Amino acid sequence: MAKKKRKVPGLNASSTADISFILLIFFLITTSMDSDSGLARRLPQPPENEEVKQELKIKERNLMEVRLNAAGFLWVKDGIANGYVDISELRERAKTFIKNEQNLSNLPEKHTININLLGPCTLTDKHVISVQTDRGTPYEMYFMVQNELVAAYNELRDEKAKEKFGRLYEGLTDEQKVAIRTYYPQKISEAEPKNYGGN
Amino acid sequence: MPELNTSSLPDLIFTVLFFFMMVTTMREVTLKVKFTTPAGTELEKLEKKNAVSFIYVGPPQDNLRAQFGSSTRIQLNDRFADASEVMDFVYQERQSMQDQTAQVISIKADRKTQMGYITDIKEVLRKSYALKVNYSATKRK
Repeated sequence: MAKKKRKVPGLNASSTADISFILLIFFLITTSMDSDSGLARRLPQPPENEEVKQELKIKERNLMEVRLNAAGFLWVKDGIANGYVDISELRERAKTFIKNEQNLSNLPEKHTININLLGPCTLTDKHVISVQTDRGTPYEMYFMVQNELVAAYNELRDEKAKEKFGRLYEGLTDEQKVAIRTYYPQKISEAEPKNYGGN
Repeated sequence: MPELNTSSLPDLIFTVLFFFMMVTTMREVTLKVKFTTPAGTELEKLEKKNAVSFIYVGPPQDNLRAQFGSSTRIQLNDRFADASEVMDFVYQERQSMQDQTAQVISIKADRKTQMGYITDIKEVLRKSYALKVNYSATKRK
């Protein structure tokens, strides 16, 4: 038998491009590009009867009150002053309050505790920042206040991390992060909303 | 004029396709509410996408306005719901998750929403022990 060299006919691939185009368009339509990010917060446990009493026990010097009224105005009360402030001042106010560098008697009291890796530290572990909103407060204002407060904590943690470990908080090991978190515990409390400051 | 060689065109398109498949996520629900999330600086990425449930808050889309009006609504899955229904929603979502303690509720609310709606939702979330929330936002410089 004569060996014939059989030629495999080339597959016509000219429509593959069209097929993949259709697939591509399908994915473009059904998916969304936005990577979801947001401000992560932790809600307190559901209220129990004892909680009401506990909240009254916070000493005045340990408490920073942040109130948002229905018109979106911000009112802050801590040991230094009380009154309306602009959102841009909130971060510094919160930082001064949390740090209490000069150990003033009208800012949060300080305790010395032993922190792993950091040794004995004097810190304001009893402070509380209480955010109160009105039912009519715009969500954006509330969000910005939360954002500024979290930013205050993050900046303080970064400062501390730089000072102790020579790196920003993000770059620390888990153990170091825990130490810094113990030094600056995030204490933002959200009271049940009240109705004040207009409708 | 010589013919253009298009034999590598499919490969090219496939590459683009794979790129899109990787960077995007499937859209889970059809949005019935309009919202522009607020802008913040201290944002964290939502990790573990399968442990996230979304609650949308905002005024109805333009084409639904005739039917539902323009006041703020809460959307759970594919329908409008009341704040009290959030609890059932949370439990349902939790059932379908592997790691139930990791459940995160992402609140996607319009920036003009009144806090009353958000507070109601938050109260229900607390009662249903869904304590990890994430206020969805866009990055601001």
